[in-house]
Amino acid sequence: MFEDFNMELYRTEARWQEGEYTVTRTSVWTAPGCHNGCGVLLYSKNGKLEKIEGDPNAPFNRGRLCLRCINMIEQVYSNDRLKWPLKRVGEKGDNKWQRITWDEAYDIIEAKYNEIKDNHGVESIATLVGTGRNSMWQPAVITRAIFGSPNLCFGFLSGDSCYQPRMTANLIKLGDCVISDCSQTHPLREKNSEWKKPEVIVVWGNNPLVSNGDGFMGHWIVDMMRLGTKLIVVDPALTWLAAKADIWLRGRPGTDAALALGFLNVIINEDLYDHDFVENWTYGFEDLVERVKEYPPEKVADITWIPKDQIVEAARMYAKAKPAAIQWGLAIDMQMAAMEASGAITDLMALTGNIDVPGGNIIQRYAYNRSKKYGSAIEYIPEEMLLKRIGTYESPIHESGYTPFIPPDKLLECLETGRPYPVQMLWLQGTNPIANMAGEAPRVYAAMKKVPFCVVVDLFMTPSAVAFADLVLPAAMSVERDSFRAWWTPLRSIARGAEQYEQSKSDEEIVLDLGKRIRPDRFDKYKDVNEYLTQLLKEDGGVDYDFDTLVERVNDFWDWDYTYQKHEKGLLRSDGQPGFVTPTGLYEFTSPLFDVWGFDMLPKHIEPVEGPYTTPELMREFPLILTTGNRLWGCFHSEHRQLPTMREIHPDPMMDINPQTAKELGINEGDWVWLENRRGRCKQKARFNIGLDPKVVRGEHGWWFPEKEGAEPTLYGVFDSNINNLTTMGVHGPTHYGAPYKSTVCKVYKVTPENDRVSPTEIVTRMGGFSYAKR
Amino acid sequence: MQKGEDNARYGLLIDYEYCTNCHTCEVACKKELGLKPGEYGIKVLEDGPRQNPSGKWEWSYLPVPTSLCNLCEKRVAEGRKPTCVHHCQSGIMYYGPVEELAKKLAEKPKMVLYSK
Ligand code: SF4
Ligand code: SF4
Ligand code: SF4
Repeated sequence: MFEDFNMELYRTEARWQEGEYTVTRTSVWTAPGCHNGCGVLLYSKNGKLEKIEGDPNAPFNRGRLCLRCINMIEQVYSNDRLKWPLKRVGEKGDNKWQRITWDEAYDIIEAKYNEIKDNHGVESIATLVGTGRNSMWQPAVITRAIFGSPNLCFGFLSGDSCYQPRMTANLIKLGDCVISDCSQTHPLREKNSEWKKPEVIVVWGNNPLVSNGDGFMGHWIVDMMRLGTKLIVVDPALTWLAAKADIWLRGRPGTDAALALGFLNVIINEDLYDHDFVENWTYGFEDLVERVKEYPPEKVADITWIPKDQIVEAARMYAKAKPAAIQWGLAIDMQMAAMEASGAITDLMALTGNIDVPGGNIIQRYAYNRSKKYGSAIEYIPEEMLLKRIGTYESPIHESGYTPFIPPDKLLECLETGRPYPVQMLWLQGTNPIANMAGEAPRVYAAMKKVPFCVVVDLFMTPSAVAFADLVLPAAMSVERDSFRAWWTPLRSIARGAEQYEQSKSDEEIVLDLGKRIRPDRFDKYKDVNEYLTQLLKEDGGVDYDFDTLVERVNDFWDWDYTYQKHEKGLLRSDGQPGFVTPTGLYEFTSPLFDVWGFDMLPKHIEPVEGPYTTPELMREFPLILTTGNRLWGCFHSEHRQLPTMREIHPDPMMDINPQTAKELGINEGDWVWLENRRGRCKQKARFNIGLDPKVVRGEHGWWFPEKEGAEPTLYGVFDSNINNLTTMGVHGPTHYGAPYKSTVCKVYKVTPENDRVSPTEIVTRMGGFSYAKR
Repeated sequence: MQKGEDNARYGLLIDYEYCTNCHTCEVACKKELGLKPGEYGIKVLEDGPRQNPSGKWEWSYLPVPTSLCNLCEKRVAEGRKPTCVHHCQSGIMYYGPVEELAKKLAEKPKMVLYSK
């Protein structure tokens, strides 16, 4: 299927001329927002991008693209894009701006920085970033190396509940991160003679076809299915993959830890585990054996609402398949028991001997260790400044640096109380928190309003920019940038294939411009972005070539990443000994670190804070379990809402409801309905979903309406359909990780003219929020 | 790949068993043909989800080329695949003379062949 491209047209150089077009062969990563970095061919004329195609010679995507990159031209040349730096005139929220130059913008930032440094200390500058796009290391460098502040925060994502729990569980248990092996790490893909197809893939807590999370291209699953791989899908909703699976486990949201413990119980009791791996490479197995005794399948069935026989059958199917991979996702992070579920699922991979074997869950590092992502520039923060991190001392995992972030829930408290010190300035780069990441969005809105000075770097004017920003800076898109990608493998060039739109600048240029102004001692040594990128490629034992060479190579696969059984070969530890990068050198079923921190060393189930077993009284008023955050094909989180081609596919925010439940509530398909709980309400359109448990409903996230008025009180309707009117902040698991975005409660009822007199956005922006919240 | 001198009828073969409704073909086609919102050169239709008596789920998507589809004549003349075939995220679309595609059609169930 991928072989018969016309290789005369699809060349392997990095740049060529094809008639009137200059063709640039590279990869794309931000914008558009996405966790992937597909290979593309950019066809431009006179500096303007005219066409885009998937690069058949990119092993990552082999010519394929999703609708968002296919729609690139519409986005790059959208008249709604920010064109030049804007300075606020009028009040915050008025959406009144004055065009200024970059120099004027930098003057304002520099003056503000100096004033804050002299009067308050640089720690009172905090940065908010969004999910894993090519806008991670840049704000981290601006915050730490340029401003000198230690306060980098995941844009009010309660409980850091996106990949941080899963990565941390991996790091604590085996010292590295694992991903499912669909042959993507080797340039020859399935033809790599060492690779084996996973006999079974467990798709757990994600719909990868749509989400493409964590650098995993979802349609690789389809490639595997076509080779004969069988699926087990864990999802509260019927997805297309669930419909095709041998076993679909429809669990109650927020009970993944219990389910994983049930699997562990069956696999241990039926002696289906990999004795060789357990005996030679693991620590603490006996403790795990004891713990899983508390989770017999009958009990797990009661907790998860999954029939016992299905749990047993799925556990057997996974354990007997050699090899088998678990393709896990965000839902695991978005619950109270995020760490517990992440740990138990990692244990499953180890127990069945699937760690770092072909077709299993393989150990990956960022290609040539070239990416520090959110952790960048931490070395610039001296010890006494680290101690000033907001809220970090309350969470041992944060304090010991397993995540580079300060806890978002604590930053919110800090904005609300001014303790330990008032935040004077917020820097937002590629994040739109009130539309997307922030739990309890109306509360975050009120808190962010208190911060005196705010800069937003983005592509489009957003509700967060209108509500809070003093300065808005226009960012360049991927096709206009020089950058690179080293998230997993290969190392990929991101080369400019078009001139930058109007006066937009790339995130890299903004780093360098600001760095040269504020910290010339650190940044004057780089003549330009090209030199800076070369330094990042080469420093600390990186590659031995410069950025231009990477642009020529386009893709560079790191052989380390496609070497299997690295723990046996002594490739993981700095001492060169076999084993894992853990205190015992073994895979750790029990974590001594957890003990030191005062956490339970072994996985366990934690009930959602709101639900039938924790708050039965509350269920009388709010009888449905609410899960949120299912992905949209054409809209990445809060992005893409201003693009006609994407809105044609997603015109309105949709909530899913079982038709039987809808009937009882007098709701017809397509009706606008309110979803409401103690914290607030929002309206979405009902869509029938017969795969959903009648007691569970699902709401979309990220909705705002660029077509509506930007100025408050309308504020692009950002709170009207905002599912985060119903979610929480400050409610998280014992480790400070994981928040119940996907497992709270609500009631659903029809929108009528009588109950829709004042819009939720007006309630939030003009009336101090929902009355529930004020109570 | 290039359309031959012969007068053979050309078409699209789609292994719809693995169509995920990813919308790539629809959008790629819109861009190639310069179509406005509401216009399609290929449209993905849905059957299901519905449970069969055995308990197995039935849920299929079927991309249907419309009368606006010109089999990407401009691209094909340049030696490219039709853009839907090139970009299909599941890699399940094939372009060629219908006689050749018909042979492929016999290889497995749940495929459809469209002639143009
Ligand atoms: S998955 Fe889609 S948006 Fe992401 S890089 Fe690939 S084509 Fe672009
Ligand atoms: S062959 Fe070309 S014109 Fe026909 S449906 Fe595919 S993309 Fe559209
Ligand atoms: S591109 Fe392929 S998988 Fe996607 S909707 Fe079209 S035919 Fe189906």
